[in-house]
Amino acid sequence: MSTETVGQRPSAGHRPVARLRRREWLAVLGAAARSRRGKIGLSVAAIVLLVAVIGPFVAPYSSTEFVSGTFEPPSSHYWLGTEVLGRDVLSRVLDGGWLLLAVSAAATVLGVTVGALAGIMAAYYRGWRDGLIMRIVDILLAFPAIVFALLLVSIAGPKIWLVVVAVAATHAPQVARVMRSSALDICEKDFVKAVELNRIPSRKIIQGELLPNLVTPLMVETGLRMTWSIVIIAGLSFIGFGLQPPAPSWGLMLNENRIGLVSNPWCMIVPAALIALLTIGLNTFTDAVARVSIGVERPVGEEVFLEERLIGRPLDSLD
Amino acid sequence: MSTVEQSGARAPSLTRARSSHQMLRLVGRRLALGVLTLFLVSIVIFAATQVLPGNAAYAVLGQHATPDRVKALEIQLHLNRSAVVQYWSWISGVLHGNLGTSFANGDAVSHLVGPRIMNSVVLVLLAGLIGTIVGVGLGMLAAARRDGWFDNIMSVIALAVTALPEFVVAIALVMLFASLALHILPGASFIPPGVSPWSDLSLLVLPVATLVIVIVPYIFRMMRGAMIEALESDYVEMAMLKGVSRWRVLLVHALPNSIAPTIQVIGLNLLYLAGGIVVVEYVFAYPGMGAGLVDAVSARDIPTIQFITLVLAAFYVFMNILTDVVALLASPRRRLPRS
Repeated sequence: MSTETVGQRPSAGHRPVARLRRREWLAVLGAAARSRRGKIGLSVAAIVLLVAVIGPFVAPYSSTEFVSGTFEPPSSHYWLGTEVLGRDVLSRVLDGGWLLLAVSAAATVLGVTVGALAGIMAAYYRGWRDGLIMRIVDILLAFPAIVFALLLVSIAGPKIWLVVVAVAATHAPQVARVMRSSALDICEKDFVKAVELNRIPSRKIIQGELLPNLVTPLMVETGLRMTWSIVIIAGLSFIGFGLQPPAPSWGLMLNENRIGLVSNPWCMIVPAALIALLTIGLNTFTDAVARVSIGVERPVGEEVFLEERLIGRPLDSLD
Repeated sequence: MSTVEQSGARAPSLTRARSSHQMLRLVGRRLALGVLTLFLVSIVIFAATQVLPGNAAYAVLGQHATPDRVKALEIQLHLNRSAVVQYWSWISGVLHGNLGTSFANGDAVSHLVGPRIMNSVVLVLLAGLIGTIVGVGLGMLAAARRDGWFDNIMSVIALAVTALPEFVVAIALVMLFASLALHILPGASFIPPGVSPWSDLSLLVLPVATLVIVIVPYIFRMMRGAMIEALESDYVEMAMLKGVSRWRVLLVHALPNSIAPTIQVIGLNLLYLAGGIVVVEYVFAYPGMGAGLVDAVSARDIPTIQFITLVLAAFYVFMNILTDVVALLASPRRRLPRS
């Protein structure tokens, strides 16, 4: 009976803390969106997002229909001309973003979830679990991301679920490393020790005490990983092992139309520009979030700490 | 001589014997761990290509292969034996320099990949060297006049380029210098196999430039950040107050203390190049390991895939160790024992 009341009090007491924390991360996002960098980043990314989401509904032709001759220059019928097989470039551009975004988002969510859980568990439990998780991380980090994805895709072929899993598998170890180092700091705090003394199950401690305190680094990680998902998946599509034809995809379009660079440059310039704007916008907004979140938890001026976080590898792993 | 430099020089000398001993042990432990990691990596590569989902023989021959051909290939690949035996015959072959024959054309893998390794090394080293010099130099200049016009412009450019995919950079460069705007450089290299990429330097310009543009922002940002922190420190203020010249403060006082985190980022970017060459070599048809890997994956040439990924992973693992050791040596503070 007595253990129960002791056990209940902190869990009843930590609920307002969790709510406060929730407001805090919303506040971080809001402050980031209001900063100059954040505004620019968000609006640039939003333009591309709009093209990708609304595009399929406003495309003038089917994106896979052969409407005209190959590599026709822009005209009143085909605003951006036609591409290598005579399909309308504008329709393919409008229809070619949503799958890239959906697959990138899926890979990001999967990779960040698995990586964050692994990293937090390693930091909380220490001991053999920490050792095991970090060894797996070391092995996965021994591959360049795109090489690892290629390795997985090489046998089963470029299926969409496999691309998601492969890209998530390249994110998870990086996220695990970052989250482990952030969680280690928090595990040492008094309030975690206090809750541990009250025999609260570890799962609840991780959920109720650790996670709410790790939301800001998690947001930064998610932003970085989303940017990288897009870079890797568009890159894989570009070399022919990501999203498959005949469905349009910005990365794929760049490769398909390489020989038409001179006759109709728009079929390459537009998809390339959209990918570039998307990654630049996302990265700029992530940078703004990181700046605001460090202002919240650290004194201003810790430039190296900021860069370390944005580059994605904590540099304290020297010994 | 300044007091700051004296105290900086004295501290390591007191513990030099101890710390060099520690360094050796650390390097030894790291190397042992690296070899272990590489062993596990080889198992992952093997499992992903030859054991895991589906049958490798079908993957090579396609779904409509006749049973006889599948059987023949299975025997050639030793797929009929246990996974452990298969792994052992592969890894002992690799260790003895026998890499097997390519599925694509029956050539020896070593013959196929060997010259490509050299070409990729040239590309990575050139890009790494130029990128480091440019990144460190620009970072120092930006930090020296913090919030000046140069710093502001460079920071915005760096932020934008940080996230740019390398194929977008490559295509932009081809448009600018090889097709649409100017025609001064070749858009793709036509180096026949066996010929050194040094034979025509103009072929190297665009691939190297692409990789440099991709890595410079990271090095620039870390150098700038570390330099700004160093310039805000007490010992720099002290030196300034004593009237040490601006350049001397930058180069002698601030640079040594900001180079350690930058070295790690340079290392990270050299690692990044190991993956970056895949797309860049493909764009420019540069005959290196990256383009070789893409070819091998399209041809389902398993022995070649296995070997190239293993080489890239080995580069990754040992580059990581080298980076940490160099950063440790370069950092006066971290060199001291922890106690």
